[in-house]
Amino acid sequence: MSMLLEVTGLHASYGDFRVLHGLDFSVEKGGISTLLGANGAGKTTTLRALCGMIKRSGTIRFDGNDISGKATEDIVRMGVAHVPEGRGTFTGLTTEENLQCGAMTRSSRAEIARDLEQAYHWFPRLRERRNQQAGTLSGGEQQMLAIARALMLRPRLMLLDEPSFGLAPLIVQEMFSILRKVNQEEQVSMLIVEQNAGVVLELADTAYVLETGDIVMSGTAAEIRDNETIRAAYLGY
Amino acid sequence: MELLAQQLITGIATGGIYACMALAVVMIYQAIHHLNFAQGEMAMFSTFVAWQMLAWGVPYWLVIPLTVVISFAGGVAIERLVIRPLGDAPVLSHIVVFIGLFAIINSLAGFIWDFTIKPFPSPFGEGSQFGGLISNHQIGMIAVTMTVLVMLFLFFQYTRVGLAMRAAAENPASARLVGIRVGWMIALGWGMAAAIGAIAGILIAPIVFLEPNMMLSILLYGFAGAVLGGLTSPTGAVFGGFMVGIIENLAGTYIPVIGGELKLPIALFLIVTVLVFKPTGLFGRTVVQRV
Repeated sequence: MSMLLEVTGLHASYGDFRVLHGLDFSVEKGGISTLLGANGAGKTTTLRALCGMIKRSGTIRFDGNDISGKATEDIVRMGVAHVPEGRGTFTGLTTEENLQCGAMTRSSRAEIARDLEQAYHWFPRLRERRNQQAGTLSGGEQQMLAIARALMLRPRLMLLDEPSFGLAPLIVQEMFSILRKVNQEEQVSMLIVEQNAGVVLELADTAYVLETGDIVMSGTAAEIRDNETIRAAYLGY
Repeated sequence: MELLAQQLITGIATGGIYACMALAVVMIYQAIHHLNFAQGEMAMFSTFVAWQMLAWGVPYWLVIPLTVVISFAGGVAIERLVIRPLGDAPVLSHIVVFIGLFAIINSLAGFIWDFTIKPFPSPFGEGSQFGGLISNHQIGMIAVTMTVLVMLFLFFQYTRVGLAMRAAAENPASARLVGIRVGWMIALGWGMAAAIGAIAGILIAPIVFLEPNMMLSILLYGFAGAVLGGLTSPTGAVFGGFMVGIIENLAGTYIPVIGGELKLPIALFLIVTVLVFKPTGLFGRTVVQRV
């Protein structure tokens, strides 16, 4: 199986403070990888480093091209959609304008209109809220909006930063089932950062456990899920 | 009664100019969260460029679009060369740079065209309508400012670039994550603000006469309009600009103490009053956000 994203020796720091100490991980074409770990392990930093929001070094190969020196906008334009921590809603714009922003790099109006319909098909709640100021949406709705906006890019790879954060268990279930469908039907690969290991390990095929900036464990999702020691030591469930 | 009507019309006509200046200020404020003190001087310089072209014999209908294009390019250049290198520097650094720009542009205009007061012909000619109630120039001012404002509204509301500019101003980090080139959106905002200022300058110059300090009070009224309407709301800034124009004229006419000489302090009075009692302005919003 060929790799869509291949990361080797990823380092990143905030000022003088080094946060990532040489990570190696990858996402298969059409696959879902997950980075697990506690608060402060460096999960969010990893995603930020991948799409150039902070200074980083190492090799980041996306579909064979090294993107480690590229600017965020250019990485996005290659088909990498990042659903950021805190959802990154344009709070003053309407729901539909937020979705339109997601398709900003594309040109075909007809295709964008079709994808907008598709987004409303995945997330019917957003259609009800289409003309509402996005800042007034509930947390769950804003998370849906963030994912829908990322899909408007027609991404090949989605980076999701704690999509389950602060959401009710039922909504988390619903969202992950949509992510599964998106992955299967649209062949969008994903890298999901989560604390909620139980849910994401059901979805992912490969898992990495991150601890204070190092990958301490990796394997198939099933191996990690079934290993009592790892679960007790790192995942706490 | 006729006096009242006349003062209202004058108020709306100059209010349109204040509205343009207020909008220019707010556009830049939205993008970089600083007030551009040099906005008026940029407009003044554009007006001199227009005057120079007129003096060279270029026809008026060509002078206006040329000036707008030159000003747009100038605004983009200032952003690229001066503002962008500042980055996230503290507020005071920005203020110093804006004051520096103010002084440089002002002196440069004085150096090139000297400080004597020059008459500036109206693009709409002399004369008046409705038995002297409204001058041709005032009709032109109102028509042009209204057209500019409506076009800007349509641009921001219904075009993709307009949407990208709003997104970039509101949340730069998220804007980058959807592939918007935020830096260029800010430069575009500067260019547009400079172009709007150029139109305002050309329209007001026949009334206040052309000289390097002509935009000083105009910008102050523009600030008052922006603060009154709310610095976070372009619509509010436009409304505030018109209000300031009307208030200024009515107060100058009907409150004997104020007269012509004390008109300018009205702008300051408005700024202070709004900031004390309703800091967000009439239309400004404290962004509603559920967490």
